[in-house]
Amino acid sequence: MRVEIRFDPFDPLVELARYQSELGSASTRLGALTLFIGTMRDHNEGEPVEKMNLEHYPGMTERQLWRIVENAQRRWNFDDALVIHRVGDLLPADPIVLVAVWSSHRGTAFEACRAILEDLKHRAPFWKKETLPDRTRWVAQNTGGSDRRFP
Amino acid sequence: MTIHVRYFASLRERFGRAEENLVADGITTVADVWKAVCEGTPIPDQVLCAVNLEYATPETPVHDGDEVAFFPPVTGG
Repeated sequence: MRVEIRFDPFDPLVELARYQSELGSASTRLGALTLFIGTMRDHNEGEPVEKMNLEHYPGMTERQLWRIVENAQRRWNFDDALVIHRVGDLLPADPIVLVAVWSSHRGTAFEACRAILEDLKHRAPFWKKETLPDRTRWVAQNTGGSDRRFP
Repeated sequence: MTIHVRYFASLRERFGRAEENLVADGITTVADVWKAVCEGTPIPDQVLCAVNLEYATPETPVHDGDEVAFFPPVTGG
């Protein structure tokens, strides 16, 4: 399993192919690969967005991402996972996040991929700041909201 | 005791700094740290906190040398 923070633009499909090739002979037991790729929208809450900056908490972000992936692995017992998340300055259409899950069967792969992404959105310390034509603004919270605290 | 305090995103902008060392006595919880850096006010509901890179609550104990962070709701992904 691999979790990475990237400071520069990345191509999720290139990353996926590279990681898949590293799996080598292990890939013969896998029957399913699911992936989610999140990209930057050029609009949000009814307004055009020109660019975005993604901030994170070095150290805590990696730790939380690993925990999210490991918890999901324990629950769904999938074979492998790759999570890559951008930070820094992004333009519309730039990839933000890649979540890929390899498993023997589709059910596990779909559910674990979705769960990792949702957990990431709620628990991984990243913050988006959008640049609109006339101002900047912090994104207040992700769709679906955030719980207040996580003991 | 010394607590390393960090702020992120909108809170970093509001405080005008990303981090500071809080040197004070009588601090036992995360809530005490916030009060010390924020003129005695309680932690607002929308502020999240962490101690040594783990999510915490206002009641979480803090110790000399700990890193305490305050930040708004996360918006990654």
